[in-house]
Amino acid sequence: MMNQMHFLLPLAIAIPLGMGFILPLLGRKFTRLADVLANLTTASLVVLSVLLLISNVQLGKPAVYWFGGWQITASGTIFGINLVLDGLSALMITLVAVVSFAATLFSSRYMDQYTARGKYYGLFMLMITGMNGCILTGDVFNLYVFLEIAAVSSYALVAFGCERDELEAAFKYLILGCVASTFVLLGVVLLYAQFGALNMAQLGQRIASVEPTRGSILALLLLLSGLGVKAALVPFHAWLPDAHPSAPAPISAMLSGVLIKAIGVYAIIRVIFNVYGFTDQLGMTLMILGTLSMVVGVVLALNQWDFKRLLAYHSISQIGYVVLAIGLGTPLGILAGLFHLANHAIFKSLLFLSAGAVQYRTGTRQLDEMGGLAQRMPSTSRSCLVASMSIAGVPPFNGFFSKLLIIIACVQAGRWGFAIWAVIVSILTMASFMKVQKYAFYGKLKEKWAQIREVPLVMRYSMILLAVLCLAMSLLIVPGISAAVLEPARDALHQGVKGYQEAILVLLGSGG
Amino acid sequence: MVYTLCLLLFMIGLYGVLTQKNLIKIIIGLGIMEYAVNMLLIMVGYRHDGIVPILDRAMPLDEFLARAVDPLPQAMVLTAIVINVAVLALSIAIAMRLYQKYGTYDITEIRQLRG
Repeated sequence: MMNQMHFLLPLAIAIPLGMGFILPLLGRKFTRLADVLANLTTASLVVLSVLLLISNVQLGKPAVYWFGGWQITASGTIFGINLVLDGLSALMITLVAVVSFAATLFSSRYMDQYTARGKYYGLFMLMITGMNGCILTGDVFNLYVFLEIAAVSSYALVAFGCERDELEAAFKYLILGCVASTFVLLGVVLLYAQFGALNMAQLGQRIASVEPTRGSILALLLLLSGLGVKAALVPFHAWLPDAHPSAPAPISAMLSGVLIKAIGVYAIIRVIFNVYGFTDQLGMTLMILGTLSMVVGVVLALNQWDFKRLLAYHSISQIGYVVLAIGLGTPLGILAGLFHLANHAIFKSLLFLSAGAVQYRTGTRQLDEMGGLAQRMPSTSRSCLVASMSIAGVPPFNGFFSKLLIIIACVQAGRWGFAIWAVIVSILTMASFMKVQKYAFYGKLKEKWAQIREVPLVMRYSMILLAVLCLAMSLLIVPGISAAVLEPARDALHQGVKGYQEAILVLLGSGG
Repeated sequence: MVYTLCLLLFMIGLYGVLTQKNLIKIIIGLGIMEYAVNMLLIMVGYRHDGIVPILDRAMPLDEFLARAVDPLPQAMVLTAIVINVAVLALSIAIAMRLYQKYGTYDITEIRQLRG
C-alpha cells in the first residue's frame, strides 16, 4: 500500500484546485456552507500531507508521479511533467496544509467584516494550489506556472479590502511580483535554449556535464533575483512591508507564514541544491543575502508602531536566518535552516492571526492606541505571548532551538562573524517583541477598550492550535523525531544534484 | 542577432516599468517585457525551413526529427500568454480602482504607505 502512495500526489493539487472553482459558486448563497467546505478541504489536505510525510519516511526514497504516464522519448529527453515527493517537499507541504487549516478556521468568523466570502475562499484555494504545485513539481516551467498561480491569487487577496491602502500595496506587489516572474521565465527560457531540457533532474545532469557557460550563469542570476523578490530577501524586499499588513489577517498569516517560503525560499534552494549544485560561491551569496535581510529587517522593525507592519519586517529578518543557515551548506546548517523555516511558518502565522484578532475587536493596528488588552482578551494575549517568545528565542519554545542550532552551525563552520550577527539580531528581535507585549497587551487598560470582548470561539481555537504547535515543535530537536521529519528534508538537499537525479532518472531505468 | 533584439525589447520594458510615473504606462512596460520573453521563447524553437511538428506517417522518422520545429516552446508560450492575460486584467482592474479612489494615475501622488 505504502509504495503506491505516489498516486496520491496529484490530489494535493487537484483538491484545492477543484474547490477553488466550487466555493465561489456556493459562497454566493450559502455562506456558512462555504465556510464548512473550506475548512473540510484544508483539513483533508492536512490528513493527506501527514500521510505523504509518513509514506516518505517509510519508503526512504522520493516518490515520483508522471502525468499521463509520459516519461521519456527515444532521444532520451524527458517531455512528461512529473511530481516529486522527497523529504523536503513532504515537510513543506505539511507546513502549507497546517497553516492554511488554521487560516481557514480563523477566516470563518474573521471574514464576516468583508463581503464576497465565496470569492475569498476561491482565491485562497488557488493560492494553496499554486504553493502545493511549486513544492511538488519536478519541472522548471511547471514551477513558473504554479508560481504565477500562487502569486496572482495573492495579488488579488492583498487587494481584497479594496480600500486606498490595500489597492496601493497590491499594485506595488503586483508590479514587483510580475517583473520577478518575468525574470524567472526568462531564466527558464535561457536554460531550455541551452540544455534542451525542462525536467529538473535532467537539467541538472546536463548542466553538470559541461563547464559553466555564460548563459547558464545568466540564467541562474535571473532565477535567483526573480525568486529572491518572491522570498523578499533584502535588496528585493520593498513590497513586503506594504503587502503583508494590507491583506486580511488570515491572508497575512498565509503570505508571511508559507507563501514567501513555498514560492521563494523553497524554489531558490531547490534550484541551487538540486539543479545547479551547491558551490561555495553560491553559499556565500546566500549567506550574505541572509545576513543583510536579517539585520535590515530587524532594524526597520524596531521603530514600527503598526502591529502588522512590524510583524512584516520581522518576516524579512527571520527569512534571513533561514537563508543564512542553508547557505552554510553543512548538514547541520541545512537542518537548522529548515527547522527555523518550519518554526517561522507556525509562529509568524500565529502572530498575524493574533494581530488580526486584536484588529477584529478594536479596529486598530497602532500599538500605541492599544494597551492592557490582556485583561479583556486573555486567550489572544496568551497565544500571542507564546508566539512572541518563540520568535524572540525564549526556551522551551521552538524558536529557541532553531536559532541555537543556527548559531552552533555557524560556529561549527567557522563563520564567527555570521554567528555574532545572528546573536545580535536575536536580541533586537526580543526587544521588539517586548515592546509589542508591553504596549498591546500589558500596561494600563485604556478607557475605550473597557467594553471589548474576546474574539469568537473558532478564532480562539485556531490560535490555540498554533500556540500548541509552537511548543510541540520544540520536540523536533529530539533525534528520533528529527530523523522522521527534518533529516529526510536535509538529506534531499545535502545529497545535492546527484542524489536528486538518481532518485528520478534511475527509476526510469535509463541514465537519461 | 535576433536574440539580442529580444533582450533589448526586454530592457525597454524594464526601463518603462522603472521610470514611468503613470500606472497605465507601467502596465504597458510590463506587457512589453512579457512579449519580449514570449518572442524569445518562440525563437528558441525556430528552425530554418522547418515543417509543422505533426507526425506524418509518410515521412521517415529521422527526417521528421531533423526538420520539424520544436513544438515544446510553442506549448510553453501559449501557457505564458494565458498567464500574462490574467496578470494584465488584474493589474488594469487594480489601476482602475486606484483611479476611483485617488482620482489620478500618477504614482507619485498615490503614496499613503511608507516607513
